[in-house]
Formats: sequence, structure tokens, C-alpha cells
Amino acid sequence: MSAQTLDPDTLDTPSDPAPRNRGRARGPQRPPWKTGLMIGGVLATIAVFLVPLYWLFSSALKPHQDIYTWPLQWIPLEATFENFTEAWDSAPFDRFFLNSIITTGVGTLLEITLAILCAYAFVFVDFRFKKIAFVLIIGSLMLPGHVTLIVNYITVANLGWLNSYAGIILPGIASAFAMFLLFQYMRTIDRDILQAAEIDGAGHIRRMLTIVVPLSSPMILTATLIVMVGKWNEYVWPLIVTSTADMRTLPIGLLFLRSQEGYSNWGVIMAGAVFVSLPMLILFFLAQKRIIGGLAAGAMK
Amino acid sequence: MSITVRSPRTEHGPLPGSVPPEAPDEPRAPVTRGRSVERRRSPQRRRRVRRDALLFLALIAPNLLAIIVFSYYPALYNIGLSFFEWDFVAPTPDWVGLENYADLFTDPSFGQVLMNTLIFTGVSVVGSLVLGLVLGSLLATKVPLTGFAQTMAFAPHMLPGAAVGILWLFMFDPNYGLSRWAFSVFGAESPSWTTTSDWSLWAITIAYTWQRLGFVTVICYTAILDLPKDLYEAAALDGAHGWKLFRHLTLPLLSPITFFLSITGIISAAQAFDIISIMTSGGPGVSSSTLSWMVYEEAFQKFDIGTASAAATVLLVVLLIITYVQVRYGDKKVNYDS
Repeated sequence: MSAQTLDPDTLDTPSDPAPRNRGRARGPQRPPWKTGLMIGGVLATIAVFLVPLYWLFSSALKPHQDIYTWPLQWIPLEATFENFTEAWDSAPFDRFFLNSIITTGVGTLLEITLAILCAYAFVFVDFRFKKIAFVLIIGSLMLPGHVTLIVNYITVANLGWLNSYAGIILPGIASAFAMFLLFQYMRTIDRDILQAAEIDGAGHIRRMLTIVVPLSSPMILTATLIVMVGKWNEYVWPLIVTSTADMRTLPIGLLFLRSQEGYSNWGVIMAGAVFVSLPMLILFFLAQKRIIGGLAAGAMK
Repeated sequence: MSITVRSPRTEHGPLPGSVPPEAPDEPRAPVTRGRSVERRRSPQRRRRVRRDALLFLALIAPNLLAIIVFSYYPALYNIGLSFFEWDFVAPTPDWVGLENYADLFTDPSFGQVLMNTLIFTGVSVVGSLVLGLVLGSLLATKVPLTGFAQTMAFAPHMLPGAAVGILWLFMFDPNYGLSRWAFSVFGAESPSWTTTSDWSLWAITIAYTWQRLGFVTVICYTAILDLPKDLYEAAALDGAHGWKLFRHLTLPLLSPITFFLSITGIISAAQAFDIISIMTSGGPGVSSSTLSWMVYEEAFQKFDIGTASAAATVLLVVLLIITYVQVRYGDKKVNYDS
């Protein structure tokens, strides 16, 4: 019975009263065929995103012969970690990991610090030309990164920072998006508490560190996660500013691995892609509410 | 000095008409804290204003400085560089005036690059927006598994573009990739996606759209859940339903968000680089080269700084025009809805 009502061909059968009754479609009495169709749509959505990700992980675990067979071997007959060890040996992934962790960690710390200082100033400190400064900072969101590549390269070269952590990190610490998120959040803080602290003689710095930062910690965490993901995934800047394998970060390491292994060793290349992706996927599954909430808040203003 | 106003939201004075308490904040700097009674400027107060100003500048200085040094200055300097010929090595660049631009616009392959950028950006932005609206509406309904679907849709957005690029490179492999299987279902043979000029642009467009789609879906989904329920009840009473309801109520209400998504989509698609670099390197020939790839290739592989900065300037001008449209047109939309 249910299988038949799911059949798309029967959807517009005039004898079936349910589809006619569309005014109630949003109510609890949604016709079963419609529910079925929607579940089908949801399943298709899951498939579109899950299948490529499954393909990534399963291929990384497949032995060589399972990858090069036809028809496709959907489920690995035996799981092996050979690809991972081979990827680890054919490119200096230990260095890539170290470099990615250092540049992401230090870069995120610096950017969030700048964002907190800046957002606090905009919300709690008086200044006549606030608006101009605000527009200058938010306006930088609209500047495409590719326009600044060449000159930033020249600047970093003149500072002697090519192929160094400073060169990878410092051009990226300016904060507009995270600053904006924190700014919006700090605006909602109850000023009575701050006023009480002010009467008690606490200066701005003390009020920021002991009141505003703890109260904003949920949004600081959200902003930190978003900034972190962005830095970990950063590609074009580390690509041009580093020149030796021992300074490359993970995403550039993937390009390196591809050129090492060519198009012939997909298992190893997928294992490398897992190295790069897995930390972000774990982070996402642990904190998806926060990350999605933060990005949505940025979009909705 | 006393602060009489508690929340910055209420300080703009009584506005004509009633403003709902949850009115969205506009992206503007807060006006300096309101004072219901304008006080006389005592020396004490002046000192305080000056001290606050110094503190303000000190607090924003690191961020503002970083933005000026690494965003505004390079964007302007880049325009200057586009009038010179240079290779990073020569002690001084040679002034050539508008020659770089003249060369660009008479070179047929630059026309191809512009066309590629347009197709890549247009298809990925429109595609992800249309699909994102459909999926967002679907996930906003009360059926099982929508939470899981939302998680799965968003996951690719978290991945490095390099990993997404390499995954799709494998999937598009005509011999061992999923593409062979997908085409064999219809009894066809998979094209060589990334190595033939007819298909390479579509390969990077599909991979990029796949990565962005989850983000658009989740934003649309969140926006749809935020829509006022009573409007829908009223519309249902009036007999509106299905497509009509979507077309005449949901879409207009969502217009600020779809507008935001299309503008930010254009800006990020015009800068897409990692997927292109990993999958095709702009090739074969220039068949999948976009402006962002071309800037990199000219500057850091051919060391032709003049051409690269001229191409980057073209990118900047196009995006600034689009941003200008957003500021002008986007504001109107927001006012219209509130």
C-alpha cells in the first residue's frame, strides 16, 4: 500500500482526494505520498554528500587491487592502512602536520586577540570617528584576496619573511568577520554590570578581561572555531610564500603528494586527503551547532 | 558621567512607527553612547573624552594596521603595478602605461579566461542558490533524518578545498572513479573530465558547487525557520499553497538572504583557487583558467607581474561594482522588508 502511494506516477491521479487537499499540506494531515516524497528527497540529499565522502574514506582503506577493479568495489574486502603509511613515507607529512598546527594555532590566537580588542573598543569606548574606522575594517571583507597576493608577496619578501612562519601567519591576522561576530555579541551585554564595575574603580582593561571576555566566551569560542577552520584550509597564500617542502602546510602537501604519486596511485592520494580532512571533520562533528550558528549569524547580520 | 541608556539598540531615539524589538541590527557602527541630557563640556569631561579616544585608537590599532598593511595598501599598490612591466627580479619596474591592459584585451585567451570566470561563477552561484533553496525548504519540514542531512550537507564546506579538489579528481577519473560507474548506469562512457578542454571547466564547477551547496542550504534553512509563522497561517486561510505559497510569500521574505548569498557567492567564486589548482591547473590550455588562477599563473609561474596585476585589477573592479550594487540595492531590500 505505502509503496504504491510513493509511486510518482500516481501523484496526480484525480481520483485520489489527498493531493487535492493541498491547503492542509503544512498541517499534521500531510498525505502519505507527500511525506514519502520528502523522505526520498532527504535521502537523496544525504546520498549526494555522503557518497563522495564515503568514497574518500573507503578508497583510503582499500588495498591497491580493490581500487583498480571493474565493476567498482563499493565495500573494501579488507581494510588496510598501507595507503596511510605509504603516503606518510612519500611526503614529509609529519612536517606538514607540525606546520599546519603551528600556523593555524598561532594565527588563530593572534586574530582572535585582535578581534576581541577591536570589538570591545567599538562597543564600549567612546570615539567620534568610530563609524569611519568600522567601515574601513568591515569594508576589507569585500576586497578579494587575490588582488593583494602580489604586493603582499613583495612586502613579505622585503621583510625577509619568505618561507617562514611569520610570513605564513602575519598577513592573515587582520580580523573583520570574527570582529563583526564579537561586536554583535558584545552589544547585547547588559551595561549595568559594567557600570557597577566602573563605579568600583575598574578601568577599561580590567572590565574587558574580567567581565566582557567571560560573558562573551560562547561567541569567542564560535569565532575561534570558524577562524581556525579557515586557517587550516588556507591554500594560495602558504603555496606562494613557502618554497621548501619542510615549510609546507597540509593542503599544499596534498598538491606535493599528487605530483609525487601522479594519477596512478589513488589509494595513497586519498589517504593523504584523509590526513588533511579528518581534523576538520572531527572538529565539525564535535562543534557543528556552534560553527553553523556562527556562520548563520554572520549571514543574517 | 552617568550612562543613562542601557542598550545601544534603544539609543537612536523614538523612530516613526513601531519597531519590533527583534529588528535586525544594521551593519553600522554604534553611535557614541547616547546622553539624554547634553552636558556642559567641563575640563574634566574633555580629559575623559581624550583618554577614551586614545584608548580606542590603541585597541583598534593592531587590527586596523594589519588591515591597512595587508589589504588596502596592497590593493592600491597592485593597481599601480599594473602600469609597469616587472619580473620580481629586475631592480626597477619599467613604466609601460596602459600596455598591459591593451595586451590583455586584445589577447583572445584572456577573453576565454573572462568567459570561464563568468560561467564558473554564474553556474556555481545560481546552481547552489536554486538547489540550496530547494534543499533548505526540504530540510525545514518535519520529516525524519533532516538533522543528519543537514550535517552531511555542511560537512564538505569544512574541508580544505585542496582535499575536495583531489577527491573530485579521483571521482572524475574515467577508468576507476565513480564517474565511470555513474555513466555506465546509463550505458554511457565517462568523459575524461579533467584532461579534455570540453569538460575541464565543468569538472571544477561541479566540485566547487558541491562544496558550497551545503553552506547555502544551511543558511536558507536557518532563514526559513526564522520566517514569521502567522503569515503562513494567514496565507493558508486564504487558500495559498504549495508553489504559490513559495513563490509569493517565501521567496520575497527570503530576498535579503538570497541577495546576500548571491553576492558573497560571486565574491568567493571569483576567488576560487584551491580546487582549480589541484584539479586542472587551469588546463588543458586555458580551458579551465579563471581570473584568480590566471593572476597566480602569470605572477608566480611566468613572473609577468604587469600582466598579473592588470588581471587582478580587472578582478577588483568587477567585484567592486558588484559590491556597490549590493550596498545600494541590498539596503533598499532590507528596508523594504522591515
